[in-house]
Amino acid sequence: MAAARQENRIGLWGWLGGGRWGIERYAYSLHRLTGLAVLFYFLLHIVVTSLRARGIYLWTGGGFFHKPVFRFGEYLVFAAFAYHACNGIRLVLVELGVAIGKPIEPVFPYKTSLRVQRPLLIAVMIVALILLAAGGYSGLTQ
Amino acid sequence: MQNTRPEQRTIRFHVSRFHPENERGPYVQSYEVPVHEGMTVLDGLHSIKDNLDSTLVWRSSCRMGVCGSCGMLLNGRPGLACTTQILKIATTSLTVAPLPNFAIIRDLVPDLSSMFDKHRLVRPYVIRTDEAEIHDPSGEFYQSAEELEHYLQFTYCIKCGCCMAACPTLATDARYLGPMPLTAAERYNADTRDGGQQERAKVTGSSPGAIRCHYAGECSRVCPKGVDPAKAVQLLKRRLVLDYLHLARKSEPCKKLKGAGSGMRMPNIVAAPAHTVETIPAAPGELSILK
Repeated sequence: MAAARQENRIGLWGWLGGGRWGIERYAYSLHRLTGLAVLFYFLLHIVVTSLRARGIYLWTGGGFFHKPVFRFGEYLVFAAFAYHACNGIRLVLVELGVAIGKPIEPVFPYKTSLRVQRPLLIAVMIVALILLAAGGYSGLTQ
Repeated sequence: MQNTRPEQRTIRFHVSRFHPENERGPYVQSYEVPVHEGMTVLDGLHSIKDNLDSTLVWRSSCRMGVCGSCGMLLNGRPGLACTTQILKIATTSLTVAPLPNFAIIRDLVPDLSSMFDKHRLVRPYVIRTDEAEIHDPSGEFYQSAEELEHYLQFTYCIKCGCCMAACPTLATDARYLGPMPLTAAERYNADTRDGGQQERAKVTGSSPGAIRCHYAGECSRVCPKGVDPAKAVQLLKRRLVLDYLHLARKSEPCKKLKGAGSGMRMPNIVAAPAHTVETIPAAPGELSILK
């Protein structure tokens, strides 16, 4: 009889568990969360838009869509989209072998591909921050 | 006389325990271990087994970071117990647990068979159309030093499973092949002697293959041998994309040299001395056993 094995899969904690992980791990987790958030928004968007067919108008003056809480929610969707898009471009580049370097002899202190692509990550995060600031400014002035 | 004995400190080891015949699931048992500079986690475990609890079980062999047996979760981070200095990662306490993402056989022993099953799937060996040449070679494969560098880094993998334990994608998706098998696939794809890329692409290009990697990079961060699996997986993805778009450079597996020593020789390398031992001809039937 085969001895019993104890399952030891860490599940979602693999995405969310922090601590001594690197910056790319946090970029990974945030990428997945923002991806799910944008997907959820798309689904919600279809539902809300379909309310028009039922004669429920939320867009009229004084309606829910003009309330500050909704505007803030809209901004969060924009922020998720901006981060996901910018980080997505980095991932596409990295997946095509851009900015990760060539295979090397791992003689200490060697540089892993993570450190080679770090400037790209920083550049992409700066672009995302600029987009977030521009989006926030645009939202406040409207 | 000056005392040269290194300073001792007591570290509390919190070790994950599990016995398959016990109904109780994994639990943590603590031990006070006297530690001095230079002691590895493996030394600490041996100290517990010798002096405090002989029932503690783990897997280890070479004690020098070569065999890859003693991969464990040390203070929440996968690493080799034999190459990790206790005082580098612990000041008062140290948690030792089996590698996650693998089932536990007992105490600190993970069941690595799922990793080896996936490793087998990617066919980690040289594949050629002239298969007879592999079994009964008529000469050497020609490969330059530059061509060797395309995959040499990935050959240092010792299959310890640390990368698989650190991978967040594997944590939620058991079907994903994982960093180690994908690195092995890229290691052979990049080898100019090999012609099995299309065969491997059926596995590495499938849904649980390379495309599941989203570059969290933990595999490269924890790899005790500097293999950089994250880089190998990205290079593998590029290979798959270029192949899919028919943009890959056409290449054939490298040719054989006819006869030993017929390769290109650098002018400054002295020729090998003549054989001092005569080759004994194989007895009839001996070769058929090898085949």
